[in-house]
Amino acid sequence: MIYFDNSATTKINDSVLESYLEASKRYYGNPSSLHVMGEETSSLLKRSRMQVAELLQVESEEIFFTSGGTEGDNWAIKGTAIEKMAYGKHIISTAIEHPAVIKSLEQLEQMGWEVTYLSVDEKGQIDLDELKQAIRKDTVLVSIMAVNNEMGSIQPLRKISEILESHPSIHFHVDAVQAVGKIDLDLAGSRIDIAVFSGHKFHAPKGTGFIYLKKGRKLAPLMSGGGQEKGKRSGTENVPGNIAMAKALRLLLEDSTAKRNKLFNLKNELTDYLTKLEKVTVFTPDGSAPHIICFGMNRIRGEVIVHALEKQGIIVSTTSACSSRRKTKTPTVLDMGYSKEEAESAVRISLSHLNSNEEVQEFKNQFNLIHEQMRDIN
Amino acid sequence: MQITEILVRYGELSTKGKNRKFFIKKLHRNVRTHLRQFNTVKISSNRDRMHIDLNEEDADAVMAELKDVFGIQSFSPVVKVEKTLEEAKKAVVHLVKQQFTENMTFKIMTRRADHDFKYDTNEMNRLLGTEVEKAVQPVSVKMKNPDVTVRVEVRKDGIFISVDTLSGAGGLPVGTSGKGMLMLSGGIDSPVAGYLSMKRGMSIEAVHFHSPPYTSPQALKKAKDLTAKIARFGGDVTFLEVPFTEIQEEIKKVIPEAYSMTITRRMMLRLTDAIRGHRNGLAIINGESLGQVASQTLESMTAINEVTNTPVLRPLISMDKNDIIKIAQDIDTFDLAVQPYEDCCTVFAPSRPKTKPRLHKVRELEEELDIEGMMQRALDGIVDTVIGKHSDSEQSNEDAFDSLF
Repeated sequence: MIYFDNSATTKINDSVLESYLEASKRYYGNPSSLHVMGEETSSLLKRSRMQVAELLQVESEEIFFTSGGTEGDNWAIKGTAIEKMAYGKHIISTAIEHPAVIKSLEQLEQMGWEVTYLSVDEKGQIDLDELKQAIRKDTVLVSIMAVNNEMGSIQPLRKISEILESHPSIHFHVDAVQAVGKIDLDLAGSRIDIAVFSGHKFHAPKGTGFIYLKKGRKLAPLMSGGGQEKGKRSGTENVPGNIAMAKALRLLLEDSTAKRNKLFNLKNELTDYLTKLEKVTVFTPDGSAPHIICFGMNRIRGEVIVHALEKQGIIVSTTSACSSRRKTKTPTVLDMGYSKEEAESAVRISLSHLNSNEEVQEFKNQFNLIHEQMRDIN
Repeated sequence: MQITEILVRYGELSTKGKNRKFFIKKLHRNVRTHLRQFNTVKISSNRDRMHIDLNEEDADAVMAELKDVFGIQSFSPVVKVEKTLEEAKKAVVHLVKQQFTENMTFKIMTRRADHDFKYDTNEMNRLLGTEVEKAVQPVSVKMKNPDVTVRVEVRKDGIFISVDTLSGAGGLPVGTSGKGMLMLSGGIDSPVAGYLSMKRGMSIEAVHFHSPPYTSPQALKKAKDLTAKIARFGGDVTFLEVPFTEIQEEIKKVIPEAYSMTITRRMMLRLTDAIRGHRNGLAIINGESLGQVASQTLESMTAINEVTNTPVLRPLISMDKNDIIKIAQDIDTFDLAVQPYEDCCTVFAPSRPKTKPRLHKVRELEEELDIEGMMQRALDGIVDTVIGKHSDSEQSNEDAFDSLF
């Protein structure tokens, strides 16, 4: 099996799984308990938080554990909305956000908030002037993803930050789920107030995640209860999950330059190959993240390619797993100016540093056959 | 241009007459201890100042350490340049520009250790001053109380220039005033009292009363962590953990509630004094502040203090709570101290303790207790640990966790 669907989810790393099992078996006390077992897990939790913070070069107290990306995005958006209700009800986001963002915004819209969705150009990037013009006195939140999950396009976070520099009261939320380990985030000292991360996208267990919340910024809790995570996110802590995630993050960021170079090489190889094929369009723009290639074959629906490749033991996906079964939002390809037909043909390859050159060669061999068989259909 | 050395000025030491040598020696040793992580720094001290030759070590990191050393009045980073007028001019202008404020006043103070140098001190002052006036505007020369004083020293091996003067921690070198036993409960006050005693040159050992299971392991850990915080200022601190359960239980059983607090405190003071005797301390330090709680009225202090003639120092006696909290925040003990764990002072705390206990009544009640026996058992059970500023009581545990991460 060749697994090329790493933006949907990743395989858990063996040593990460070992830590998860070991921690589940041996350290199962509740960190809030005051007995010795609680103390033990409480210090394990503290250490997980410290490790995550150190790896991202931020402060321990700026890290809050969650259950994953969807929770993080919901929290960042609704938490800000609740927190800043008295100051305004206008939010700026983009048309190409993950459904966790879009659906949260829609929910707020039903309750009286106003949302401006910035459009993207053919490179999948927002227009900075449009952003400038969209900012109003009652804008409380700007929510823009770092790396698009369908296309791999990167938003100009630094330039967005510069614009927001003169609007210090606006919360700047960045969905960094697809970005961690793939691009430089430089959270410390940046204008980013909230960044959202998900563990299972980097070989940690499902159901793990965390947000970075800049010191001094306020975010209303969505989970009320026992006061865990400094009262901001109640619910018994997933200590084994958080330990495993801290380890996975360490492994991800080890030799990250070498890993990124490897990803770039694999991606370039695939892009070069696909670009040369007749009737194949590569949608992923230049200058995008190193692990995602989105392409389509003329008028062949994406799912046909997915099934054809899966028969040969190669796993790819149509765009974004979260929206690929149910139509929950318009595909990013469409927002980038491609036609509906082209959008429906979109197929996404998403790589991990664990993929190899041999796998890429095998993909090419198999895709040659599929291409041969289908290029004259329609 | 690179900071090559740091010039340290002594504090009150200068007034210490014959003892001066002893003070300087002690300060020298303390500085060396504080800087032990920097392998290559060279420290040399003379009558007036101390020079710390950085030998490529990070100047900011070294200065951050120096800020915690008592006995230092101030210090200045020094830049070394080649022994030419041109180089000196460049460096002086650069350094003054860094400090520039509108209409700033300055003066140049040259010292010349190398008398073979082409220009004498007056010429140097004039030449460099003119250069600054030309290059940085608007500034003017002022001899008395200028905003910036540029110190230039011409030596055999180069010209040394400094402008910034950073204030040090003040006080006296730790260890020059003898040793005191700090009664450390785990609250806000006692670490501050310890810190202030260290500032006046005392070295301290921490005495902590522990009453398991009425007090928790977390309370003990907190006391140790607080000790680590103040160890930052005076090197390693010995932490003495005194088992106090039996005494507290016995007092609870035998002594009427109104007097239990007074007699508990008397037992603590007796024990601390006995420990002091064994460990050659000269004084006892506590965090009492007048009127704060029932044990801190003058009547209570009289009744409690009666068990010893040893000086009991109370650095916080006349301070308001807010001022104490401010110091606690400065020395980073506040957040730890307010963690809500029960300590030996709150265990069995009577609801209405006597604020004006009568001494003859106290003596009478104490006759019911086997004071000697209980003290001996407590003293026999003392556990001592040496705590440095990097000690973390979780450390040993942490190592076992390494493989998980």
